[in-house]
Amino acid sequence: MKRTIAVVSAGLGLPSSSRLLADRLAAATERELRQLGDEAEVRVVEVRDHAHDLVNNLVRGYPSPELQDALHAVTGADGLITVTPTFAASYSGMFKTFFDVLGMMDGEALAGKPVLISATGGTARHSLVLEHALRPLFTYLRGVVVPTSVFAAPEDWGGAAAPDLLARRIDRAAAQLAAEIHRRDAPVGRDPFEPTPFEDLLNAG
Amino acid sequence: MTAMQFGIFTVGDITPDPTTGRAPTEYERIKRLVEMALKAEEVGLDVFATGEHHNPPFMTSSPTTILGYIAARTSKILLSTSTTLITTNDPVKIAEDYATLQHLADGRIDLIMGRGNTGPVYPWFGKDIRDGIALAVENYALLRRLWREDVVDWQGRFRTPLQAFTSTPRPLDGVPPFVWHGSIRSPEIAEQAAYYGDGFFHNNVLLPIEHTRQMVDLYRTRFEHYGHGPADQAIVGLGGHVFMRRNSQDAIAEFRPYFDNSPAYGNGPSLEETMRYTPLVVGSPQEVIDTTLQFREHFGHYQRQLFNVDGMGLPHKAVLENIEMLGEEVVPVLRKEFAAVRPAHIPDPPTHESLKAARA
Repeated sequence: MKRTIAVVSAGLGLPSSSRLLADRLAAATERELRQLGDEAEVRVVEVRDHAHDLVNNLVRGYPSPELQDALHAVTGADGLITVTPTFAASYSGMFKTFFDVLGMMDGEALAGKPVLISATGGTARHSLVLEHALRPLFTYLRGVVVPTSVFAAPEDWGGAAAPDLLARRIDRAAAQLAAEIHRRDAPVGRDPFEPTPFEDLLNAG
Repeated sequence: MTAMQFGIFTVGDITPDPTTGRAPTEYERIKRLVEMALKAEEVGLDVFATGEHHNPPFMTSSPTTILGYIAARTSKILLSTSTTLITTNDPVKIAEDYATLQHLADGRIDLIMGRGNTGPVYPWFGKDIRDGIALAVENYALLRRLWREDVVDWQGRFRTPLQAFTSTPRPLDGVPPFVWHGSIRSPEIAEQAAYYGDGFFHNNVLLPIEHTRQMVDLYRTRFEHYGHGPADQAIVGLGGHVFMRRNSQDAIAEFRPYFDNSPAYGNGPSLEETMRYTPLVVGSPQEVIDTTLQFREHFGHYQRQLFNVDGMGLPHKAVLENIEMLGEEVVPVLRKEFAAVRPAHIPDPPTHESLKAARA
């Protein structure tokens, strides 16, 4: 079955370590899905590219065509990989803004969708940001967050003990995400203009 | 009989002029609102509509007082609301106030219902914003009965029950004022308008036209579903926001500080982006004509076009000049161009006279 994976990466630098991690996670998930018999198409959303449009959407209530396209890439995907840098012990404001705007567009956008959460940070001491900030956020948004989350600290990119540990963690998380995607039907598009029969509104009291 | 109505609508904000820092007093703004309506009639526009708000920076808390005064000083223009708060007002008082206005104005009134967009207004009037849709549904159902049945027994969720209640005065000639339902984003309100065969009005400002089109399409489809006639005979009204000068460059240069400092527009997409994404037109009368004619492509043949030309601290003189340009240059062309392509089966906008004739 043909699957789509949306990747939302909120790194600020070009290139960013968040994007580096995102690409590793996406490639691993693709590989795991292939083993399950699913072809996957990856769509990466760099939040940075939509920074101004996100703020405009907050203050004015509608997305630019480019931002709308990015939001639809997430709502229509079979699964979601998210990567944020750690800022002030939490997800970055821009990362959160993307999901605030997504929720304003469609409060059900992530309901039941498999989500892999990951983060980068300046020190491994921040790694629990995934558990105290990211996981509650995506649980609130009713995503199905896979058990393994992936944090990449500076030493994970080349310290003495590290590369193997990060790679193993990526593989475990990707396998969990792929399994959740594989056992689901393709997401059904929801029409926000689907009418509620007026008699139902009249009788709701 | 006019095949389409054109007019202006205002929300009635009191905003400092960003180029001078001075805001009009409440006295000045209220009197100027009246002058806008008089000017609109003078230059041949069909409709003047005022908003209703119960919080600063607005001064339109008592619309029937304003419209009653305007009714006394005009003779042709139709007076409407943009919008009447069907959520937080007592529907009994709406029935009484607007029936009284209808008599005083010799039938020259209708209403556009809205829910209001200021959270605290609900608790200030003893309501809960989470009941917004339910309030609009229940209150309007009662309002309809109060205008159509001489004696009403009624019980609901939001208001004290009524036994043997008669709302007075009864509507003029036994014809209730025509009602449009206005909503920017709520499909339930388009559904409500369709269910009753009432009009649907979209303010068509601040949002991309594609969004507005989805709301209008829903209303048209459901209008047909409920058996009021084919979808293209549903009664559609649209807003629009314009600022005109003889040439575009002057309009843009003059309007920019008002745009940039506007609570509705400022600190978001630029003026140019906003003109690209939304129906806002800042330019020449011809550009307003071109954009408005395109509305028919997006929304089908429709019945009412209202323009917002004031607010945001714009000087009164500029506002009156824009009303003149609408009446003298824009609307005559729009009337002609819209009429030229309008099939015979498209209904005219309902008026007191047409509703009275239909009833007879």
